[in-house]
Amino acid sequence: MAAASSASPAAILKDAGLFALVAFGLCVPIVSHRTDLGADGLELTPRWGLVAGLCAAIFAVRLVQRLVLERRAARAVLTPSPHQATEPVGAEPNAAQYPSSLGLPRLGLPLFVGFALFLPLIAALASGGLSPARYWIDLGILILTYVMLGWGLNIVVGLAGLLDLGYVAFYAVGAYSYALLSTVFGLSFWVCLPLAGLFAGLWGVMLGFPVLRLRGDYLAIVTLAFGEIIRLVLINWTDVTGGSAGISSIPRATFFGVPFKAGPDGFSALVGLPFDPMHRIVFLYYLILALALLTSLVTLRLRRLPLGRAWEALREDEIACRSLGIDTTKTKLTAFALGAMFGGFAGSFFAVRQGFVSPESFNFLESAIILAIVVLGGMGSQLGVAVAAVAMVGGPELLRNLGFLKAVFGEGFDPNEFRLLLFGLAMVAMMIWRPRGLISDRMPTVALGQRKAIGKDLVREGHG
Amino acid sequence: MATRRPDDPDAVLTVDHLTMRFGGLTAVDDLSFKARRGDITALIGPNGAGKTTVFNCITGFYRPSEGMLTLRHTDGATHLLERLPNHAVNRRARVARTFQNIRLFSGMTVLENLMVAQHAPLMRASGYTLLGLLGLPGYRRAEAAAVAKATAWLERIDLLRRADDPAGDLPYGDQRRLEIARAMCTGPELLCLDEPAAGLNPRESADLARLLRHIRDEHATSVLLIEHDMAVVMEISDHVVVLDYGKKIADGPPREIREDPKVIAAYLGVEDEEVAQVDAEVGLTIPVAEEARP
Amino acid sequence: MDVFVQQLINGLTLGSIYGLIAIGYTMVFGIIGMVNFAHGDVFMVSTFIALISFLGLTALGISSVALAFLLVLIVTMALTALWGFSVERIAYRPLRGSFRLAPLISAIGVSIFLSNFVQVAQGARNKALPSMLDGGLTLFERDGYAVTLSYKQILIMAVTSVLLLGFWYLVQRTPFGRAQRACEQDRKMAALLGIDVDRTISLTFVLGAVLAAVAGLLYLLYYGVVSFSDGFVPGVKAFTAAVLGGIGSLPGAVIGGLIIGLIETFWSAYFSIEYKDVAAFSILAIVLIFMPSGLLGRAEVEKV
Repeated sequence: MAAASSASPAAILKDAGLFALVAFGLCVPIVSHRTDLGADGLELTPRWGLVAGLCAAIFAVRLVQRLVLERRAARAVLTPSPHQATEPVGAEPNAAQYPSSLGLPRLGLPLFVGFALFLPLIAALASGGLSPARYWIDLGILILTYVMLGWGLNIVVGLAGLLDLGYVAFYAVGAYSYALLSTVFGLSFWVCLPLAGLFAGLWGVMLGFPVLRLRGDYLAIVTLAFGEIIRLVLINWTDVTGGSAGISSIPRATFFGVPFKAGPDGFSALVGLPFDPMHRIVFLYYLILALALLTSLVTLRLRRLPLGRAWEALREDEIACRSLGIDTTKTKLTAFALGAMFGGFAGSFFAVRQGFVSPESFNFLESAIILAIVVLGGMGSQLGVAVAAVAMVGGPELLRNLGFLKAVFGEGFDPNEFRLLLFGLAMVAMMIWRPRGLISDRMPTVALGQRKAIGKDLVREGHG
Repeated sequence: MATRRPDDPDAVLTVDHLTMRFGGLTAVDDLSFKARRGDITALIGPNGAGKTTVFNCITGFYRPSEGMLTLRHTDGATHLLERLPNHAVNRRARVARTFQNIRLFSGMTVLENLMVAQHAPLMRASGYTLLGLLGLPGYRRAEAAAVAKATAWLERIDLLRRADDPAGDLPYGDQRRLEIARAMCTGPELLCLDEPAAGLNPRESADLARLLRHIRDEHATSVLLIEHDMAVVMEISDHVVVLDYGKKIADGPPREIREDPKVIAAYLGVEDEEVAQVDAEVGLTIPVAEEARP
Repeated sequence: MDVFVQQLINGLTLGSIYGLIAIGYTMVFGIIGMVNFAHGDVFMVSTFIALISFLGLTALGISSVALAFLLVLIVTMALTALWGFSVERIAYRPLRGSFRLAPLISAIGVSIFLSNFVQVAQGARNKALPSMLDGGLTLFERDGYAVTLSYKQILIMAVTSVLLLGFWYLVQRTPFGRAQRACEQDRKMAALLGIDVDRTISLTFVLGAVLAAVAGLLYLLYYGVVSFSDGFVPGVKAFTAAVLGGIGSLPGAVIGGLIIGLIETFWSAYFSIEYKDVAAFSILAIVLIFMPSGLLGRAEVEKV
């Protein structure tokens, strides 16, 4: 749209030049001069070469982008899309519905689950043994943790349309619940898991009650504030939480009471396998997979129950809900509490996996990542959230494997440093590319005939 | 909340001295009227007369500054609407409403809209979700019954073949009818319709009139409606209340209202010269503020 | 009493800085209804621009503090304005009129990008600037406790006051201000009446960034230390100030900033310094829950 139907090459060059100029302005002085601690205070090291390189890169990228856009615009003129037709009202067959494209979302989730079920096996076969596959299984655990958090937050944000920027607080409550219950009272993981979920859910109700009448961005900010308050309390309430040092030597997960250790009463002896420390990792992998699937299953079920329908109705129109006798406060609270409960489950899994918790794991960035996964996935879509979690969490991991870039940029270059920088850029880029997320259609929960997906233009995003 | 109050057993809704102020503005001023059971009562008046404000007070969206709103069920239980929280006006007092600027769940299907309206009975049937999560047959039966009820209404409003389409995709007239069906799915004693005929063509208006008569005659539901379309009002209503500047200026059967000079002057959109003429005829002095009306 | 007066001075100084940042939040919220999450990080970027500019001037041998301050002020304002402009142009404008959550996520992305950009470019360590403006006036002294008003504090309050006056003139008395208020009321109508809405919104971001730049420079002078992570907490506090004053209200933002500054200093002085951020966040939550329209904001009536 920004590019008029055809711009002259000179205009495109000028535009790219302008971009490079702005990039230059942005590079001065933060990139152009590095501050280093010298003999007497900070000293400046000029890096004009780097600035020139960056500006050239921006120039090239913008040039290519403009050329691609030009071509696409030229092609679009020749083939008008159905969206250029007038509004879809009354059109039949429905312009906003397309049952044919449903194959992927419908098959996608089983495919994802199927792949996840066999990942340890695939990884072990591909890398020749369980131990060499550890990296992949660990990555799988990490991704699945975020999938579960995403699915949990999806209840709050995607279904009920409530914007929660402090979700990580419930993750923290779950993690600290397990850490404290197991280290202080010696309770086992299987007792702590439901308790942690319960506590997190209770916190959800407690925090949710006063804030749920707020709308939109205000709700987001209050939940952010609560998330930060909980983190700051964890840091400062040293007597209970261990402060910034956190709680360490949390008991490891057991196979329903049987510890993963060498020796006669260990797991390997029980099942008659030679001892392998990887057994625990694989067990953890299936544990988080089961927890994540539980989250998804409950959510899918709830969507077809009156409660889930009320959540979605709330997202569509709160006032209409009240006029139909739905207690919006209670309905919102249940969404908040359930989302929090799953966050709590994930938290206690985090604690049992790490064996160590500290407030630093529960900062705002985590909340932002989880919310980004939900929004990028497409609000309400289970598969979308899973795909987004793989992209957002797995993507940055690729950077670790870019060691060869050292050959280009010199020994001091560490691609890992750029992880969050690129992560932030990716968030912006993805929002511009797909503001409604990867899978933004909505499947009806009940139908007389065939279920047809509802186009994103009709589905509302909620006010609160 | 059900308390007894000496009252007219014939009235489903009794509005007593209702006053609603917003800051310095009095939108509704000491309004009293009754809507009789089994009637279609029309609330009419020029733009800004305070009709929608009255509706918002009745349906719990506003808390009235003064006054009492009593709703009496067929079984004799009475509810004081001004004391109920917003959602309880529908759930307990069984008052349903539609909105001037249609509020459907546009991203949900037509059928889903009607299912959401049956939230309370379905919630009970699903054991407040817990039993429903386990997939017990009791809930499945209740859901089938809810679908059947929704289907019956869809047939009635002639939207059955669009049941699985998103509500936001329906043409305007269909959306109006769907909103009424959705309100009816909550099983109300009183149905409040805010300008149901707005934006409808003559054929759709006629359909609407038939639908409202059906609701009045076949269901135990009384109707209170705000309407600008005089043809609709005169055709279907049993009783008309006329509001101007938040005050009641007339109250009676449509025949009388049609001939009431005050109503003609205040409401029926006469030209400025004619106002003066009518003025002279009925010997009314219109306040100066009248000129400010657009 | 003496401690009280001293804390009052400190609090007002800090509050001026918060107020300057808060205006950026409140203006953007007023005109496009979004919380510009990245504003705190734009402020942080400005502290680094100011830091490096100071070091650069020292390296060039400019020793006059007044001249250096003025030059740095201009450079910081100009370069931060460019950041404000670019952020809006790249991350927010393509999302205007789109899905409500998209700009928020985009803003969080910008915030993450900016703090990590500075970290990568300048390193994770705190950067300290040698103190430039020492000394001050002793207001009164009793029992060995001297209540002082440092030159820095005088400078901060003076610069803030002058800037706010100029800014007030800009939004109240110029065509830009009128266009801005028109866009706040009804963007579509303003566009129909020939107001360049995009330009007005761009300028709003630029202005917000300029004020944040001033705040950044003053913050650097006051604390003498900056770090790449300094955007988040001051950002949230300034946002709290904007909410407390009534979001959308410019005088409200300044008053809110002063109140937040005072609360923070008094809390640190009389209660516990560890929990001072908890205090700020709690105030944010309490204000939003119990008086969401703030001190000077308009109450919202639910449209049925």
